[in-house]
Amino acid sequence: MQLLEGERELILSTVEEVLQNSSRNREDLIPSLQRVQSKLGYLPALAMEKLAEGLDIPAVDIYGIATFYNQFRLNPPGKYQVKVCMGTACYMKGGEITLESFERRMEIEEGETSPDRLYSLERVACVGCCTLAPVVVVNDDHIEGYVTPTRVDGIMLEFEEADQKEEETEKETEEETKKTAAEGGKNK
Amino acid sequence: MNDYVNITIDDRKIKARAGEKLLWVALDNDIYIPHLCAVREKERSNASCRLCFVEIEGMARPVTSCTQVVREEMVVRTRSTRIDRLVKTAFELLLSDHNLSCRECPANGNCELQKIAKERGLKLRQKRFKAIERDHTVDDSPDEFAFDPSRCVLCGRCIWADREEAGVGAIGFANRGINSVITTFEGVSLAESICTQCKLCVEACPVGAFYYKKDKKA
Ligand code: SF4
Ligand code: SF4
Ligand code: FES
Repeated sequence: MQLLEGERELILSTVEEVLQNSSRNREDLIPSLQRVQSKLGYLPALAMEKLAEGLDIPAVDIYGIATFYNQFRLNPPGKYQVKVCMGTACYMKGGEITLESFERRMEIEEGETSPDRLYSLERVACVGCCTLAPVVVVNDDHIEGYVTPTRVDGIMLEFEEADQKEEETEKETEEETKKTAAEGGKNK
Repeated sequence: MNDYVNITIDDRKIKARAGEKLLWVALDNDIYIPHLCAVREKERSNASCRLCFVEIEGMARPVTSCTQVVREEMVVRTRSTRIDRLVKTAFELLLSDHNLSCRECPANGNCELQKIAKERGLKLRQKRFKAIERDHTVDDSPDEFAFDPSRCVLCGRCIWADREEAGVGAIGFANRGINSVITTFEGVSLAESICTQCKLCVEACPVGAFYYKKDKKA
């Protein structure tokens, strides 16, 4: 995954800070990884390498831990994070098909993030509202129920629309700022 | 303190070095106990293959001989109905996701799985568990050797060689459960990793997962 502008610096300073507050023992590794992830949203390769250097252990050990525990993610969360429930009820009701539909539409695989970081896709265990199976959680705060492949198309459309709208508003604000700046200049 | 202890394995009286693990004492005395994950120099065995079980008089349950330190007067049995069952099940589970194709395998004739099967009268082709196909993508990026994950039994011996003998730290375990694999940081090929291609992992591998390219058949 390509790093964003300024992300490299952020990663380095985050790891530096986490290392400073760590005993640098192996027992501290998991809490350190948790701290890095809560700061950066994920565990970039660079962070794992720097942490390994700081703790004087092989980087592949950190990679092993990060891939062992579900709580760690190696890819940045997308702007639209989709979590497909694979609890028993959702699974029985075709959660796997829902997941595949998202994979096809987002052109990524489960556990991945699209290169533009717009979408990320994960599977989760029971969300707790099995009557709505198959269930999908969007951005951790929004539940979608009865998500059939057709509904997947609808959700993706909503994402695209929301994103477009946001872009437009951004442009407008930009123009407005420019305008105000220009006017301000005139007034001077 | 005595340097030696007297123990009995399968009715044979044996003098063993104090502090030694039972598995190595038995092997040194030509008593075979199946084993894949144990490394002699390693202080604490992973004890992950679950093949080296023995019964010890006075102990309620079978124990793994790679973790059991010898004690004075210890009486050990390497075979019993319980042991044979445990070993058979562990062996069958190991083989349930193993790419069994000995004729094409570089380890054929020099394979620890074949040896265990022979010694214990077990079948390599097990029927009890549903077979699971593993990733067959061979990493042949190193000059002289290659790695075939479909033949790996996850014993961890290559990791030990990489860390302790080579002092490199290029390979390790990743993922979990049925998806566990031996891999490099970020899963890149060995040639792209920090691997120095010292080949100690190939020497350590008891099966045909890490192998010399020149040994490859077919
Ligand atoms: S590793 Fe051993 S059991 Fe497996 S295919 Fe090769 S020779 Fe056969
Ligand atoms: S590659 Fe060989 S030595 Fe390494 S874990 Fe697999 S079977 Fe064991
Ligand atoms: S050799 Fe004892 S558990 Fe593997």
